[in-house]
Amino acid sequence: MELVAQFLGSAGARMVVGLIGVIALVSVNALFLIWMERKVAAHMQLRPGPMEVGPHGAIQTVADAIKLMGKELITPEKVDKPVFWLAPIVIFLPVLLSFLVIPFSQTMIIQDMNVGIVLILAFATLSVLAILMAGWASNNKYAVFGAIRSVAQNVAYEIPLLVTVMSIIIMVGSFKLSDIVAAQDRYWFVLVQPVAFILYLICATAETNRAPFDLPEAESELVAGFHTEYTGMRFALFFLAEYTNMFIAAAVATVLFLGGWHGPFFPGVIWFLLKVYAVIFLLMWFRWTFPRVRFDQLITFAWKILIPLAFVNLLITAFVLKLR
Amino acid sequence: MIELLGIEEKTYTLNLGPQHPSTHGVLRVILEMDGEFIIKAEPVIGYGHRGHEHMAENRNYMQFLPNLGRLDYLHALAYNQCYCMAVEKLLDITVPERAEFIRVMTSELNRITSHLLWFGAYLMDLGAFTPFLYCFDDREHVLDLLDRITGSRLTYCYYRFGGVPTDIDDDFLAGCRAFVSRLRSRWNDYHNLVTKNVIFIHRTRDVGIITRDQCVKYGITGPNLRGSGIPYDIRKSEPYSAYPWFDFEIPVGTKGDIYDRYVVRLAEMEQSLRIIEQACNKIPDGPIMAEKVPKRIKPPEGEVYQAVETARGSFGMYIVSQGDVKPYRIKLRTPSFANMSFFPEMAVDTLVADLVANLGSIDVVIPEIDR
Amino acid sequence: MMSYFKEIAVGFWSLLAGMAVTIRYFVKPIVTVQYPREKIQMSPRYRGYPQFIIDPETQTHKCIACDMCARICPSQLITVEGTKFPGEKQKRATQYLHEHQYCSLCGLCVEVCPTTALDFSKVYTLAGFRREDFVIDHLILLQARQKTAGLPITKIPTAEEVAAAIAAEAAAKEAKEKAAKAQAEAKKAAEANAAPAKEDKE
Repeated sequence: MELVAQFLGSAGARMVVGLIGVIALVSVNALFLIWMERKVAAHMQLRPGPMEVGPHGAIQTVADAIKLMGKELITPEKVDKPVFWLAPIVIFLPVLLSFLVIPFSQTMIIQDMNVGIVLILAFATLSVLAILMAGWASNNKYAVFGAIRSVAQNVAYEIPLLVTVMSIIIMVGSFKLSDIVAAQDRYWFVLVQPVAFILYLICATAETNRAPFDLPEAESELVAGFHTEYTGMRFALFFLAEYTNMFIAAAVATVLFLGGWHGPFFPGVIWFLLKVYAVIFLLMWFRWTFPRVRFDQLITFAWKILIPLAFVNLLITAFVLKLR
Repeated sequence: MIELLGIEEKTYTLNLGPQHPSTHGVLRVILEMDGEFIIKAEPVIGYGHRGHEHMAENRNYMQFLPNLGRLDYLHALAYNQCYCMAVEKLLDITVPERAEFIRVMTSELNRITSHLLWFGAYLMDLGAFTPFLYCFDDREHVLDLLDRITGSRLTYCYYRFGGVPTDIDDDFLAGCRAFVSRLRSRWNDYHNLVTKNVIFIHRTRDVGIITRDQCVKYGITGPNLRGSGIPYDIRKSEPYSAYPWFDFEIPVGTKGDIYDRYVVRLAEMEQSLRIIEQACNKIPDGPIMAEKVPKRIKPPEGEVYQAVETARGSFGMYIVSQGDVKPYRIKLRTPSFANMSFFPEMAVDTLVADLVANLGSIDVVIPEIDR
Repeated sequence: MMSYFKEIAVGFWSLLAGMAVTIRYFVKPIVTVQYPREKIQMSPRYRGYPQFIIDPETQTHKCIACDMCARICPSQLITVEGTKFPGEKQKRATQYLHEHQYCSLCGLCVEVCPTTALDFSKVYTLAGFRREDFVIDHLILLQARQKTAGLPITKIPTAEEVAAAIAAEAAAKEAKEKAAKAQAEAKKAAEANAAPAKEDKE
């Protein structure tokens, strides 16, 4: 009994409740985001999108999820079985765990770690490993193609991402996400670091494998992507991981640049979610406007344009801070 | 170092199968690749062979009319026009002026729909899904117009020997004028969304270059030829039908890369709009069918070759008649066949992503290759 | 150096211009129609499957079974049979089959009909489980249309009636030939009589 009481009052309980909340959030978020993506795409293309299942297609995603759950989990014969089975899990878990440090409001953080932002970036790198695992284990030329491209793309775009995030960190002086949000109580950082915001958005699009950088999962190209051999619920996990990754990237953008949960009248959570979904809308807007970037141009763009600009931004920030 | 490790450098074969989202029809390409680079690309055609030329030998001249719409279904009216003109040449029939104007107007409307569809489909190959829907919205207006006078939306069987079977009315002319102004107001959107887009420019500039000599060597015609700088258009060099009455230009590119071909096609659409506008203003009244068209089409013995400029290039029809109700032989010279023959050379030493861009830019319709 | 920055600026601006276009279309009303809840009217010349025109005077079809449509059809999918019934001036169709699964909607049958008996329907919702579902018997279709329009239904002649009509026609033809032959013989006899009479007179 004492143990139970101790547990209920401690940080452990907080973590359990938080994780349950996170899993609920992730599921609802995925449901909502898939519907939002289809509706945004449709209205940009002058058509209505899903309209049949539920009012304005609101429960279309539920129907799709049920369909995916009913599909057969096919494991091709010559795959590397342990790696094949692990890949969807490895891609989904880090994303889930990144939710630990995101400040939804002033009090709603599961675990406010000292190394908040570094944790998120480290877990983002883990998803690259998962993609490589998925592609390699599939024993399929197309999948390996897609996986290798994805790895090169993610590694190349992480550098400007890190450097851009550094510009914000040196302004605040701490890795803690709650500190970063607290430092934006007078003005949002996007007003003083617009270039960093734009660079961050581009890198986030590339990190989450979204168009115009979606070559690894390009549908009209030769290859069908690293998740060719995955069916049913495994494919659903990849899909889920992509949309949750989008949420995390948008959440980090909100925390770093858009003032987190700051805002008049409404409680912090509402503002936070509004800002996150506004950034996600921006990412969807990119997808339905631009054609795909060719692979070598993608890498050239990262190395020759984004990285120099990010470093210049960092230098100017450091210089201005020193002058103060 | 690689030799020391005992690793052989091998190429591997990849099959861009007959069912694929971005081959425009059933086309199979066998690729031999070294990493990301293509060493050899071999198109395999014939998956859509239906025997049109054989069908021509077993049908009357009238009965062969529906077949032409199925060759290149995107610009079907030009194929109909070529066939009707060829048989009219054999029978020595003169088509009345109003019918010629109607023929040119409908054919140019069809050319616009073909180019619009190419535009949308090409951008879909490149990964931008939205312009496809905008183009189809524009096409709907034309398809509705053509539906009102011909009854079909895609495979028209509209022209007859000696003229056209049904007349157009004022609603059609008003609709044409409305469409002309509508499409002109959309050019800005297309230019902002696609033509000036830096990603698009980087994917299409200096890629897939066809030089002038290669054009002449392979018999490439149409916007591909004009994109490389040769201003050859059958409507200007061997004018037929009502084209001598209209004032329009031939857009020509300079380098012969994909971007030039793209710009040439967009400019051609604008020139087609000019032709339609002039035709709406100038169309004369009169009969729509020639007077002395025999009930049984039995051309005298002889041969005729007639070429027209379609959206894809120069379509030629060679008819051999032996005085019977059925032709002895009809040979169809389709532009996509010649355009496609350049594809293996164009694909060598390029990346896979460029392969799809190249294939889309030469605007082939596979049923036309296979016939 | 300057060209590097200029290139970045121009490229970035082009991306923003593209985004401006899509967001403008995002707020425009949609152009699609929610079929099957909203349907579009087909144009008057739209080509559905061919069907008989109901003549407003006789309230039935005008087909005289001349077989022109069957001969012109490129896919050879029309079967027409007809005969002349006693008391009527022209032949009448007794069977008209149209195998729609092969039809290419070219419209040649509609054009060559000398009595303009055919026209395109505006029906595009065709669905079936077998190829045979698409064989259209036009006389039966006509009956259904007459029923919905409240017109008197044209009866389809049975096989016996058709056989009887053919037999009657053959008999009438034979009788006509006999009568013509008899008339010719009578004429000859009259001429022969007239000639010896003339000879007699002389």
